[in-house]
Amino acid sequence: MKRRDVLLSALGLVILWQILAMLINRPILPAPLDVFGVFIQELGKGLITHFLVSLWRVSAGMLLSVLVAAPAGLAIGGSGRMNRIFSPIIYLLYPIPKVVFVPIVFLFLGIGDTAKIIIIFLILFFQIIVLVRDQAAGLPPQLLQSLHSLGAGRRALFRFVYLPASLPAILTALRQSIGTAVAVLYITELFATKYGLGYYIYYNGSTLFNYPAMYAGVIAMSLLGLGMYYAVDWAERKLCKWKFVS
Amino acid sequence: MITVHSLTFGYPHSTPIFQDFNWRVQRGETWAVLGSSGCGKTTLLYLLAGLRFPTKGMIEIDGERLTRPRPRSGLILQDYGLLPWATVRENAELGLRVRDFYGEDGKHTPVDFQPENSVAHWLYRLGVNEVADKFPSQISGGQRQRTAIARTLALSPDLLLMDEPFSSLDAITREDMQNLTLSLCEEQKLTFIIVTHAIEEAAALGRKILLLDTAPNQSARVFENPQAGTSGYRNSQAYHELCKLLLKEMRNEIPSPQPSPKGRGGAQ
Repeated sequence: MKRRDVLLSALGLVILWQILAMLINRPILPAPLDVFGVFIQELGKGLITHFLVSLWRVSAGMLLSVLVAAPAGLAIGGSGRMNRIFSPIIYLLYPIPKVVFVPIVFLFLGIGDTAKIIIIFLILFFQIIVLVRDQAAGLPPQLLQSLHSLGAGRRALFRFVYLPASLPAILTALRQSIGTAVAVLYITELFATKYGLGYYIYYNGSTLFNYPAMYAGVIAMSLLGLGMYYAVDWAERKLCKWKFVS
Repeated sequence: MITVHSLTFGYPHSTPIFQDFNWRVQRGETWAVLGSSGCGKTTLLYLLAGLRFPTKGMIEIDGERLTRPRPRSGLILQDYGLLPWATVRENAELGLRVRDFYGEDGKHTPVDFQPENSVAHWLYRLGVNEVADKFPSQISGGQRQRTAIARTLALSPDLLLMDEPFSSLDAITREDMQNLTLSLCEEQKLTFIIVTHAIEEAAALGRKILLLDTAPNQSARVFENPQAGTSGYRNSQAYHELCKLLLKEMRNEIPSPQPSPKGRGGAQ
C-alpha cells in the first residue's frame, strides 16, 4: 500500500464527512475543520494524557499476551502430547467473545489498570496462541530432521526454527486483533476511570455535550489504532524480510 | 566404518521393513541405495543418521553404537531443508551456529571441532556466493541443494548421507549436481551414501549399489560398480548393461502378473 493512496483515501473520507455535516447541519455532527481545530486545542488541555494512558493500557496488554501466548503456542504446536491435551481447551475457549469477561475481570481484579490490561491480554492471547500453535505444528518435518542432523537438540530447534517461524504468526495475530483490542479498550475505559480516550469520548459526548471535543477523541482513538497497525507493519518489514522478496 | 548388525525395524502395524539385516560400509566407499517407493530406503538412511532407532539389532559407526545424530554425519534431504527466513549465507552458517550454541560438548559438536571462520569458502566452492544474500524462495532448486551441501560440508563431516537430493531437479542440473557431489566426496575423502529410486542415478554414482526389496529385507543384495564416477562412464556399455540388470532385478521383486514390455518406474 502506497502512502500517497492512504493520504488520498483519508482526504476522500474528510470530504464525505464535510458533505454529511452540511446535509445534516446539526451540532451532533460538526464539520471536520471545526473538529481538527478543537483537536489541536484539546491536545494542550489533557487529550494527550488520555491518549498516552490508553496507549499504555493497550500496549501493555499486547506485550503481555505476546510474552505468554507465543511460548505457550510454540510448546503446544511443537509437541504432539501437549497439543492433544491443550487444543480441546483452546477450542472451547477461543470462540467465546472475550468482551463478556469484562464484568468478571472487574469483579476479580478491581477497577484499576490491571483489569483493563488483563482484558486486552485475554483477547489477544487466544488469537496469538492459535496462530503460533498452527505455525509450529505445520513446519515441514524435513526441516526439523535437517536441523536434527546438524546436531540441533530441543533447545537449538527452539532457537533456530520455532522462534523465527513463529514471528510472522505473532505479527499476523497482532494485526488481526488491533481493531478488537481498541474496541474493548474503549469499553473498559467507560468504567471507573478518569483517564483514557474511552472515558474522554464518553464524558464529552454524554455529560458535557461538547460534540467537537467528542469527535476529537474519536480521531485520537482512530490514530491510536492506525498507529499500532503501522507499527506492526513496520515490525514485520524489519523482522520478516523474507516475506517481502519477490 | 558402518556396521549394521542384525537390524530389525518396522513401523507399528505393518510388516517389518528390515528383519535381521546385515550390511557393512567401509570408509571412503561410495554407495547408492536403490529401491522402489516404500521399500524402506529412506528409513535406512534415517536409521544411519540416528533419527530413527532399530527395534532389534544395532548400527555402529566407527565402532560406536548409534543412539543419536552423529556430529560427523551430514544429511541432505530432497527439499525443505533450508530455513525460508534465512538467506543463503545464513543457511550455510546454520550448522556452525548450532555448534556455537552448544559449544564443544562432544554430543552435539565433536570435541576436536575446528570451526572455520566463515562459510565463504564453501559458498564459493559450491557456486552460490553470488546469491549469498538471497532467500531460498528467490533461488533455483539446484542452488538450494548447493546451499544445503555447503552447509553440511562446512561442518567437515566424514560421512555424507543423501535422500533423493536431486530428484526434483531438471536433467542437466541433476547431472551437474551428481558430478559435483562425486568430486566433493573425493576431495573431502567422504564416505558417501545416496538413496534413490532412479536406476540411472544409482548406476552413475554408486561404486557399490545396495538393492532393497519389498519388505521385509533380510539380506543385503549388493552390485559392484567400480567404474562409477569415471569420466565417460555414463556412455559406456558397462553402464547400460548394469542399468538393464538393475531394472530386471527390480522388476522381479515387484509381483506383477503381466510385466509390461517397456521400462517401468526407476529408469527416468
